[in-house]
Amino acid sequence: MSLIDHIANLGRNAIALVAGFGRAGLMLWGAIARVPNLAKGTPLLIRQLYVVGVQSMVIILVSGLFIGMVLALQGYNILVGFGTEDSLGPMVALSLLRELGPVVTALLFAGRAGSALTAEIGLMKSTEQLSSLEMMAVDPLRQIIAPRFWAGVISLPLLALMFTAVGIYGGHLVGVEWKGIDSGSFWSILQSSVEWRQDIVNCLIKSTVFAVVVTWIALYRGYQVIPNPEGISKATTQTVVQSSLAVLALDFLLTAMMFGS
Amino acid sequence: MTTSSQALITVQNLAFSRGNHVIYDDVSLSIPKGQVTAIMGPSGIGKTTLLKLIGGQLTPDAGQIHFDGVDVHQCSRSDLFKLRKRMSMLFQSGALFTDMNVFDNVAFALREHSGLPEQIIRTIVLMKLEAVGLRGAAQMMPNELSGGMQRRAALARAIALEPELVLYDEPFAGQDPISMGVLVKLIRELSDALNLTSVVVSHDVQEVLSIADYVYVLADKRVVAHGTPQALRLADNPQLQQFISGAPDGPVPFHFPAQDYRKEMLGELD
Amino acid sequence: MVTRKIEILVGLFLLSGLAAFLVLVFNVANVDVKTGQSQYTLYAKFSNIGGLKVRSPVKVGGVVVGRVKAITLDEQSLLPVVEMTIDTQYNQFPETSSLSILTSGLLGEQFLGLTPGFYDEDIAMLVDGDRIDDTHSALVLEDLIGQFLYSVKSKDD
Repeated sequence: MSLIDHIANLGRNAIALVAGFGRAGLMLWGAIARVPNLAKGTPLLIRQLYVVGVQSMVIILVSGLFIGMVLALQGYNILVGFGTEDSLGPMVALSLLRELGPVVTALLFAGRAGSALTAEIGLMKSTEQLSSLEMMAVDPLRQIIAPRFWAGVISLPLLALMFTAVGIYGGHLVGVEWKGIDSGSFWSILQSSVEWRQDIVNCLIKSTVFAVVVTWIALYRGYQVIPNPEGISKATTQTVVQSSLAVLALDFLLTAMMFGS
Repeated sequence: MTTSSQALITVQNLAFSRGNHVIYDDVSLSIPKGQVTAIMGPSGIGKTTLLKLIGGQLTPDAGQIHFDGVDVHQCSRSDLFKLRKRMSMLFQSGALFTDMNVFDNVAFALREHSGLPEQIIRTIVLMKLEAVGLRGAAQMMPNELSGGMQRRAALARAIALEPELVLYDEPFAGQDPISMGVLVKLIRELSDALNLTSVVVSHDVQEVLSIADYVYVLADKRVVAHGTPQALRLADNPQLQQFISGAPDGPVPFHFPAQDYRKEMLGELD
Repeated sequence: MVTRKIEILVGLFLLSGLAAFLVLVFNVANVDVKTGQSQYTLYAKFSNIGGLKVRSPVKVGGVVVGRVKAITLDEQSLLPVVEMTIDTQYNQFPETSSLSILTSGLLGEQFLGLTPGFYDEDIAMLVDGDRIDDTHSALVLEDLIGQFLYSVKSKDD
């Protein structure tokens, strides 16, 4: 292949990438820009909150508990060497609030709910359900995409909060109940080092950003699927890979902005 | 062409291509009101594409499609939605909403557009389901139905809003003889009883010829023949006769265009 | 389409999200719902604040009575000025009280220790905006080691 071909290839890929972003943006805009019809939209949203939120709850709570416990165990072993095992509380709480809560929840969410959204919408497209809505004069962006988007954006921050809260209790379980750190000093040192704006608000901001990105990628991948079984399985994989990478990259960016200076 | 009845849809000089692949080149046809018009042709000719063009889901490269005097591709999105409330489409796969039962599927368009109270919607839905013989299956989910039942349920959904036009995409494909017979009977009866205009896209020649009032045959990117079923059976167009009789080779070649067989096998191509 | 069961579960989901939020806010971040009126502000100038930070506690005999609100550098004297908020329920400190920067344990975090001074009729109580003049700066470990080495050396001579 000649050099010109390589340059043309690069150009074609770049154009396709920009066009993809444009299409994804238009899809989201079409879904959420219009004033929602509350009477019709609320039942759809509730149903999606069930699928996206409630059904992800068990995996989030169980993972949160275990991650908090593991964090406490490893942290205890390191801190006890310095005689500062009382600082286990802030270590567990801050790692969960600042990083692990939003990030791990978003990754689990991409695997649990994101892939399911892609597969569901891909299947709807390949069985012509989306075309069928169009022909019934119902906008599929409003009927299908919008409620799923909002359900994702509402659910993920709530799940991240649950993950973090359960994780801190998991840390308490290991640190206090098992390793015998004094419960009073665990909580008081934890409380004096966790700050409302710096830690909790930032945790919420992070998980909201991740929610938008993960849900958006999942919906777009489903909406743009090549309507056959191979296309759906490929799109599902792409959803998990792309949204995980996006979450990790954005996490670095947000962390640099929030805690960098 | 049946000049006696007024045309509901006219297609003029339609051209459409996907990428570099030309699907239609200068197709014109008109679909008369209140009749069953069939569009036939070999697979892969883009018959479904034609229906999507009529429904405004795809935009042609050139030419116009008028529905009751309105250009489908020139009107605004809200006008297009108004037009679509007057037409409906039966998809090849049925396209029932998989997360609702049969009753809710049929009721969907009514709940979206009619604004009728639930009690009246219930009555209408049960009437439509009775018409296709599926009243007993109202509470079943689509994946519990057989293929033929799914298509009948989709038919009930398609006629729920009492449209003026129903577009049937391959309604007979992949059906056993009994459900094929049921569908043939339903399409004919429904269009007579409700005074529907029906467009049936299909390659099942005998079934189509038995119910259509008028037939267009598409091949090679254009209309190759049209007329009443009787006229078509008697026509001496060899391409048409090959299609109707189902001969494997003829004017429509068995082979996809390729380079010389002998040369390719011997590796003599450049 | 949306059954009662789904509605209840979604309601519970939203409630548990809210509960997690409240736990984090009140139990973990220990946000004070008390408004600014129940606190008053004091200032103190130190020569060295060591590792004191914003939100470090102010303790009297180990009891937390307030927190450091801000640390600034006085532009004229170029000395650090610590602004702290004290809960109004502890408003009985005489003007003779002194402040020192202490460390909890050998390597622990630093806090402000407030030692109430003597009291008689001439002496007023500290009120909002007052300054504590009697301050003891942080002990900086490096300085201590330096002093120790110096004294050892001088003994040897």
